[in-house]
Amino acid sequence: MVWVNAVVQGLMLGGLYALFACGLSLMFGVMRTVNLAHGDLSVVAAYGSLALVDALGWSPFTTLLIVIPGMAIVGFLLQRVILDRALGVSALAPLLATFGLSIALQNLLLQIDSPDARILPIGSFGIGSWRISSQLSIGWFPLLTLGVAIVVLLAIELFLQRARLGTAMRATRDDAATAQLMGIDTRKMYALAAMLALATVGIAGVFLGMRTTFTPTSGSDYLIFAFEAVVIGGIGSVRGTLAGGLVLGVAQTVGAQINAADPILIGHLVFLTVLVVRPRGLFRSSVLA
Amino acid sequence: MIALEVDAIDVHYGDFQALWGVSARVELGGRLAIIGANGAGKSTLLGAIAGSRPLTSGSISFDGRDVSKLPAHARVALGITLVPEGRRLFPSLTVEENLTVGAFRRRVGPWSLDRVYELLPIVANLRQRRANQLSGGEQQAVAIGRALMNNPSLLLLDEVSLGLAPVIVQSLYAILPDVSAEGTTVLLVEQDVGQALAAADRVQCLLEGRVTLEGDAKDLDRDSIRAAYFGV
Repeated sequence: MVWVNAVVQGLMLGGLYALFACGLSLMFGVMRTVNLAHGDLSVVAAYGSLALVDALGWSPFTTLLIVIPGMAIVGFLLQRVILDRALGVSALAPLLATFGLSIALQNLLLQIDSPDARILPIGSFGIGSWRISSQLSIGWFPLLTLGVAIVVLLAIELFLQRARLGTAMRATRDDAATAQLMGIDTRKMYALAAMLALATVGIAGVFLGMRTTFTPTSGSDYLIFAFEAVVIGGIGSVRGTLAGGLVLGVAQTVGAQINAADPILIGHLVFLTVLVVRPRGLFRSSVLA
Repeated sequence: MIALEVDAIDVHYGDFQALWGVSARVELGGRLAIIGANGAGKSTLLGAIAGSRPLTSGSISFDGRDVSKLPAHARVALGITLVPEGRRLFPSLTVEENLTVGAFRRRVGPWSLDRVYELLPIVANLRQRRANQLSGGEQQAVAIGRALMNNPSLLLLDEVSLGLAPVIVQSLYAILPDVSAEGTTVLLVEQDVGQALAAADRVQCLLEGRVTLEGDAKDLDRDSIRAAYFGV
């Protein structure tokens, strides 16, 4: 029963990882850009939410109304101001540019706030739970997080598969030069992808900030989990990202049962195993990434 | 009435000059074939017209309008549509999705999904198949269908026959009359000289980036073509 509980907790944790990894997967899938500032941008979203909570007294959930569009705008600016120019320089340049951005963001947050750990307050909702048995209880907040993750990922999957712009985005992902020949303005596609990616980062950041404490430098840790989720699940596949997040979450919580000293390590070992045994990930994207 | 006017264009790939003062013009609704050996610059010319290759000098006008500085995606909105060499279908998309992407600009015209399926029955049978699971001939048919979905006013066909069996090539070229009937101007690049002469009204030959011959398809004899093609 203890194991069942570990798996259940892992699934809910995995939902958060999946939500988090979604933006990374989208940006890499469409633009072949690895955004090293991904984790830090989610922390920016958390601090943004905190600022609204402190200034306006809103609940962190309400701040999403501002944080999501705000992050989408940040995504647009990131694409137009930094990534577009970097892509023109070389294939490596966006990586370096986002690395620089990561450092800049961390230090900016340190300047604006402080190294103290912060958290987004959600009161008793954060600790409420359904007690199923003496060894299994399901927290309301983790369950909500999983629910939100599934809804967001499903929405993005539907957009990519059914919407005209979504299909255009997949075409751009497959072959940007030919997409141009179809009348698709690839710069606009990249901007849209960046906006969508960062909107999900915003949601992930706020939920992360509600779940656990964060500091200006927390971004780096989350970045690693996002990468692992994307690689385990398969690059470029939304379903894969969900699967990858869930697998990572379960690996960590089950790992905690096996060896409470370093649950994160077990997660890393699972990631390495997948990389060795099935490098394309669990859900092979039919696109050659 | 001149639909397309290419005026003494130079095109470079870095330091290498691929086209030297190339000019061409096509009448509205007409069909021009560009022939020449490998590396003559035929695909480069189509790329320049479609907007995927920038001009070093010269200009290109379509429908009386200078399009030389327009990016490729904007030219598509004007009706200039390229069927690229090597098909270049989107591999992760299904055949039907490839076709609908062709209509991204939502240009008005006689071509629709149903009409394309009617014109190209091979494609109709494959609509849910992933594009990377098609044979060469099937891919070429889909690529042409995809271009038609844009309701092109200028259709550019790059080496449709490449790698395909003659029977399939003939069936593909057989649709050209339907395309021309809608008033579409056609510019085709072909290595198969016989096919080019059969499909077009006028022919131009390129050799090492320069025009070496031009004339009506029915007037040109094999010897002058051979001389222009190989430069002997």
